[in-house]
Amino acid sequence: MYYFIGIDVGASTTKAIVLDNKSKIIGHSVIHSGADFEAAADKAYKKAFKDVERESQNKERVISTGYGRRNVPFADLTKTEISCHAKGSYHYYRRAHTLIDIGGQDSKIIKIDNSGKRTGFKMNRKCAAGTGAFLEEIANRLKIEIEKLNGLAEKATKNVTIGSYCTVFTATEILTKIRQNVREEDIIKGIFDSVIKRALEMDPLEGNIVMSGGVVAYNPYFVKMCEQKLGKEIFVPPFPQLTGALGAALFAFETKGGKHA
Amino acid sequence: MSEEKKPAIKKIQATGHMRKIMADYFYELDRAVKEGSPKVAWCTSVGPAELLLSLGFLVYYPENHGAMLGATRLASNYIPLANAIGYSPDICSYLTSDVGAFIKKETPLSRAYEGIEGIPLPDVLVYNTNQCRDVQDWFSWYSKELNVPALGISTYRNIGNITDDHLISIAKQIKGLIPRLEEIAGNKFDMDKFRHVLGLSYECTQLWKKVLETNKNIPAPISFFDETIHMAPAVVLRGTETAVEYYEVLLQELEERVAQKEGAVQEEEFRLYWEGMPIWGKLRDLAEFFISLKTAVIASTYCNSWIFDSFDPDDPFMSMARAYTEIFIVRDENFKERYIEEMVDMYGLNGLLFHDAKTCPNNSNNRYGMPERLEKKLGIPALTINGDLNDLRCYSEEQAKTNIEAFVEQLESK
Ligand code: SF4
Repeated sequence: MYYFIGIDVGASTTKAIVLDNKSKIIGHSVIHSGADFEAAADKAYKKAFKDVERESQNKERVISTGYGRRNVPFADLTKTEISCHAKGSYHYYRRAHTLIDIGGQDSKIIKIDNSGKRTGFKMNRKCAAGTGAFLEEIANRLKIEIEKLNGLAEKATKNVTIGSYCTVFTATEILTKIRQNVREEDIIKGIFDSVIKRALEMDPLEGNIVMSGGVVAYNPYFVKMCEQKLGKEIFVPPFPQLTGALGAALFAFETKGGKHA
Repeated sequence: MSEEKKPAIKKIQATGHMRKIMADYFYELDRAVKEGSPKVAWCTSVGPAELLLSLGFLVYYPENHGAMLGATRLASNYIPLANAIGYSPDICSYLTSDVGAFIKKETPLSRAYEGIEGIPLPDVLVYNTNQCRDVQDWFSWYSKELNVPALGISTYRNIGNITDDHLISIAKQIKGLIPRLEEIAGNKFDMDKFRHVLGLSYECTQLWKKVLETNKNIPAPISFFDETIHMAPAVVLRGTETAVEYYEVLLQELEERVAQKEGAVQEEEFRLYWEGMPIWGKLRDLAEFFISLKTAVIASTYCNSWIFDSFDPDDPFMSMARAYTEIFIVRDENFKERYIEEMVDMYGLNGLLFHDAKTCPNNSNNRYGMPERLEKKLGIPALTINGDLNDLRCYSEEQAKTNIEAFVEQLESK
């Protein structure tokens, strides 16, 4: 018997998932990556097992992914986060679709066909625009706790346009808005809108859409805004932030001959 | 898929030969400057070099120097110096690194070749705008700085079909350079010499073409990364016997490799096209990375740009006008797409890599929807990586490698 473990070492958070022999999720964790990826991977791994009653005779198969995937000494194999996100997404949504993943430091658009094969991808890591880091930076400047962004955006009554790409330019733009007495709620919604626009610029986003990543996990209103923009429903998997880790664990499962139910 | 240990790049034996002829070339230029004869002309890489050689000039190519600054990773020391005098970080980083190095009075030539203290200063600067406007601005800077004439040919860009009108105008401009050049060289133009040089250039580029085409074989014997190094004689020594001899040697070695089924990537599983400029400071690193991914990058627009099929000693001016106009960089999107399509067929390629070089829009062909159109048309995937020829501040190692690795994983899952 095996435990199948996927570890996604992202630039801001590290995620881990444990699957049992039937590819059922039995443990998971999300922690801050900090500067020491190796330590983060170890911590996330241990935390994911926290509530698992471990069978001592069970073996383990570990696949690491994400920005720090090569910093996981106990991993048997590495895979890119693109492949792992595609895998994790298709696990819950078994149709052709486009996955939008808004991560801490990057955003990805991944195309998946009906059989789960990846047909294309785009990744933006050029700057913070369109990523969680952008939201964090702005929250920081406005001295708002990041957890409160969703609630504030929901209460917006006006549409505010944030025009700049650049985090630094955006900060000055926001200062101007504050001076013009624009409400905080409206500004936050404007910020969400700007992140969404960056993602929409990456691809025409036709067909079915799935969204994942930390921003999606903590900000349901963000997804709602995307739905309004695209004029269609968006599927969000049960653990949106763990999509990459799940994909890695599923790859681990498959490399040991595991077949999904 | 993972990049575990650094795989070894198979060494090309002809490298020693190439080093020697390149050293001879730079020493000859250095001597000429010190002795005041023969005269030295600077020329753009796809400029009218054959005319200059026939007039007795020794020809030096600043772009080759730019590539050296990139490959030695010195460029980032110099680019800011050019930025500081008003040359933007967004323009050609060959230009900015070369000008910056000049301002700082440094050159990789003096590190590589004992006794050479600086770049060979010119008696004349000759450009051709077929590739971009930056070369004109670059030469203009030196022209003012050194008080040396800059002459040039202004040619057409984004051409679909090449017409006689194009060629007549360009041939006329090439001829128009002669009186000034004769004066500076102190030699009379000699038609027979010109025909002879053009003939040698033709031979050189035909051999270079054969070198590149050895990669039609599986496994491909030489990687794009090695090709960019071994291209140097085709750039700076075309029009000489030395270059012809060199490519005979290199071709023989590669043909032997083919016979022995020795590949640049021994366990070659995928074959890719590289569109755009090399990332000079990362050649070795990327070559090793692709070997670890069992993926061979084996055909490119860049290396093909020094194939001049049209050179014809019987009609030197018009054929030269044609040869320097029909190259990829001068052409429109339709031509470029057809060209890449042919390469995909010819080399049996599985995917296309586009390098979006931040400071060279002229050699970055991903910016007007070409990868997307080609993916649809050819049914193979394309990937764009962001980087630059020389300015490594525009290149994210981690991002580029993750993209490439994910691309290869996609090919594997087909
Ligand atoms: S083509 Fe590009 S790299 Fe070459 S000189 Fe012009 S701008 Fe520079």
